[in-house]
Amino acid sequence: MILLLYVSCTHKYTESFPINNEDSSFLNFNSLPVTMNQNILSQLQNIVGKNNCFTSQEDKITYSYDGTPLLSFLPEAIVRPTSKEQVSQIVKLANIENFSIVPRGAGTGLSGGSIPVENCIIVDMSRWNNIIEIDTENLTVWVEPGVITATLHAEVEKIGLFYPPDPGSMNICTIGGNVAENSGGLRGLKYGVTKNYVMGMEVVLPNGEIIMCGGKTVKDVAGYNLKDFFIGSEGTLGIFTKILLKLIPKPATSKTMLAYFNSQTDAGKAVSSIIAQKIIPATVEFLDKTTIRCVEDFAKIGLPTDIESLLLLEVDGHPAVVEEEAEKVAEACRQNNAVEVKIAQSIEEAMKLKTARRSAFSALARSKPTTILEDITVPRSEIAVMLQKINDISKKYNILIGTFGHAGDGNLHPTCLTDERNKDEIARAEKAYGEIFEEAVKLGGTITGEHGTGIGKRKYLHLVTGTTAIETMRSIKKAMDPNGILNPGKIFEL
Amino acid sequence: MAATSNSGNFLATDIPNDDFLTQCMHCGLCLPVCPTFAITGREKSSPRGRIRLIKSVAEGKLGMTEGFIDEMNFCLDCQACETACPAGVKYGALVESARNQIRLQGKQGRGEKILKKIFLRNILSNKNQLKFVAKVLWIYQNRGIEWFLKITRIAEFLTPKLSKLQELSPRADREFFDETHLEVIVPRNPPKYKVGFLSGCLMNVAFSKENDDTIKILLHHDCEIIIPKEQVCCGSLQAHNGDFETARELAKKNVDVFTQYQFDAIVMNSAGCGAFMKEYGHYLHDDPVYAERAASLSGKIKDISEFLFEIGLKMPEHPFNKRVTYHDACHLVHAQKISQQPRTLLKKIPGLQYVELPEASWCCGSAGIYNVTQYEDSMIMLDRKMTNLALTECDYVVANNPGCLTQMQYGIRKQKMHMEVIHFVTLLRKAYGL
Repeated sequence: MILLLYVSCTHKYTESFPINNEDSSFLNFNSLPVTMNQNILSQLQNIVGKNNCFTSQEDKITYSYDGTPLLSFLPEAIVRPTSKEQVSQIVKLANIENFSIVPRGAGTGLSGGSIPVENCIIVDMSRWNNIIEIDTENLTVWVEPGVITATLHAEVEKIGLFYPPDPGSMNICTIGGNVAENSGGLRGLKYGVTKNYVMGMEVVLPNGEIIMCGGKTVKDVAGYNLKDFFIGSEGTLGIFTKILLKLIPKPATSKTMLAYFNSQTDAGKAVSSIIAQKIIPATVEFLDKTTIRCVEDFAKIGLPTDIESLLLLEVDGHPAVVEEEAEKVAEACRQNNAVEVKIAQSIEEAMKLKTARRSAFSALARSKPTTILEDITVPRSEIAVMLQKINDISKKYNILIGTFGHAGDGNLHPTCLTDERNKDEIARAEKAYGEIFEEAVKLGGTITGEHGTGIGKRKYLHLVTGTTAIETMRSIKKAMDPNGILNPGKIFEL
Repeated sequence: MAATSNSGNFLATDIPNDDFLTQCMHCGLCLPVCPTFAITGREKSSPRGRIRLIKSVAEGKLGMTEGFIDEMNFCLDCQACETACPAGVKYGALVESARNQIRLQGKQGRGEKILKKIFLRNILSNKNQLKFVAKVLWIYQNRGIEWFLKITRIAEFLTPKLSKLQELSPRADREFFDETHLEVIVPRNPPKYKVGFLSGCLMNVAFSKENDDTIKILLHHDCEIIIPKEQVCCGSLQAHNGDFETARELAKKNVDVFTQYQFDAIVMNSAGCGAFMKEYGHYLHDDPVYAERAASLSGKIKDISEFLFEIGLKMPEHPFNKRVTYHDACHLVHAQKISQQPRTLLKKIPGLQYVELPEASWCCGSAGIYNVTQYEDSMIMLDRKMTNLALTECDYVVANNPGCLTQMQYGIRKQKMHMEVIHFVTLLRKAYGL
């Protein structure tokens, strides 16, 4: 029995779609083979205090998942350290007692980065939510890793500053998680992603030592650029205890528009012709028909449900420039057969449109309960081609796919709409994704733009990086974490 | 434990809906709006966490443990998560089913069992018993007993918890609403609308004034009002606390009573009652005798603000120069999705200075009988509401639900704030000078 369960656990992580397996989406909690030694649990309690160490079945079940569909695994305990020394002690204990650590923010990740692994504890950093220092002379901010992204936005915008990365879950996701996954968002096209704003950090290494890297200077070439190395490491190389971010002046004004199209190709072409006019909008979001219908059903903002696709566009900056660029953008859409271009009349209306767009992924669950989304990215010139490929693959495998995404930076989220109780459908979805990944890579793109590799896309990583690169990553991981205690098995197998 | 193969550790009747459970994709967008998650920061106290717990029990992977029951009771059932959920998961229905299962399996705590059985099953569900209790309460509150126990601190000494609760209990009326009003009330002008009115259970004995104000406002808008004598408590508190049988019996009785008339609308002044009566169709959907009539009744239910918004509010003749804010009752904003109508109407009143309340749709902690069953947690929510109310510096805060009125009135007394908590209809009546 133990062996059987062990095999099914291993199987879980070797496949991107573990649901092929009979007891895939949930393992039988009541008969899990491993239980952490009481002695280790008492030591953990000694480090963080009894009130910050949870081992009840209810707690374990509710930390067995993150935002990723279909994956879950029970941790042995959940701990909430309150100082960097405690984090360090926990990591040292893990090396001695040989258990794994999975760091966690708000648990909204979409590639399984914070899903527990075998014999692990969750280190919950979500209570580290202080903004430590906003430096208005150097335009930087020191934050603790549990600060919620939208809270940071609100705080710095109060004093006319701006932190652009805005992932879909920004109302709850944490900066620590954003840095670990190198999250993007709606403003990626013009402003880049999280990595473009990280200036430094304090990290607890896999051996429990604490280092600082980076700093407030724009220029710094002393030694290896370690801070960039931790960005996007998905919790496999260190646990952040403090993060230094870059801020920029808040754009003076912005204009938000909607353009409706009767074909996806036209929308794709409109994006290319906007960029060809040397305009970089802050946001160019694409929604297909299925997504539009679900979003409208949830948000009720008056989107037409009979069009094939829409673009949500935003230009920002100096008022005169915004005025001129908005007109050019609208014209580019019209020239590519937009049936209508609408400009948001107020900040509130613009906010509503963007909030509705952020709900797209979850809103798709209105049509079918299990929404498995992907995160492919292609060079933006190839957007129209990729959209067509997705449609073809959807037909080929008879899988309903809703597609939305950041058309401006080539990052699309084709989402398979399935029901996890229908095993055959899930198997077809897996095949469809395999092909979508291959096509994206062929077009010069990648399998994930902003969600991370985690567990979900592990088996496709080689398509993009090649096996030698994965070997290199593996040797780096081994050098830094010889016992494999930090989030083992994420990104690649150890 | 009597479990069937497909209901896990739940009994086979009224199991939490599997489609609703599967629809939750645990994306986490519910986390920032959940008042209990805000307190503990623990996943098990969050909507997606509770859904996962219910799913685990349904799949036989978790027993009906004390921890499970605690979390189901800790939930306010405010349904803010439903408003936030892009996937449209019916969280409230899931938690209520889980609570029903807890009751069916006899797993409630002793105090809770007694409270829910006596209070919800008997007293609220039976008009005469409720009136008797209200009369006793009136004597207690108004003939010096409460005052004596309070100043001598005897009550505090005997049962500290109960003495706090007495502060939270509504003030019983000397005369009850249904005893002072006729069954059919006609306006001075020829009636434009024929409306039914639910006088309610608690509203009838402790909020007669608000009921009377509602009647005056409806008359002012040329409505003929029928208050059927045979009507009973709507059943919402019973259903929210997981007693589906009693709730269904009450619902059936009201369906029988209200469908005898041809109403343009049935008007509610209690958000909880309105929300639940709009769900009658759902609760009785597989009852061959009642399904159709229940659905048609549900279609007629209107909150007073929703109704006035639709028929057009008459403008007061004189300016009403007051600063006013609006608190969203959970069962209006989240369960019935009514938030713009009352605000729009308030803003139309000449002279009225409307101030938006920060976190207006955040639960005040009343939540039915939550402030009785989970007093300490409820007070944390109330403190947050009071802090936000203080920021508005208003003369009045408007709330369309008896629970919210009592809870915030308690908060204002406790913090000695200069603000009055009133029902929407009471404010309108002041504005009209009726």
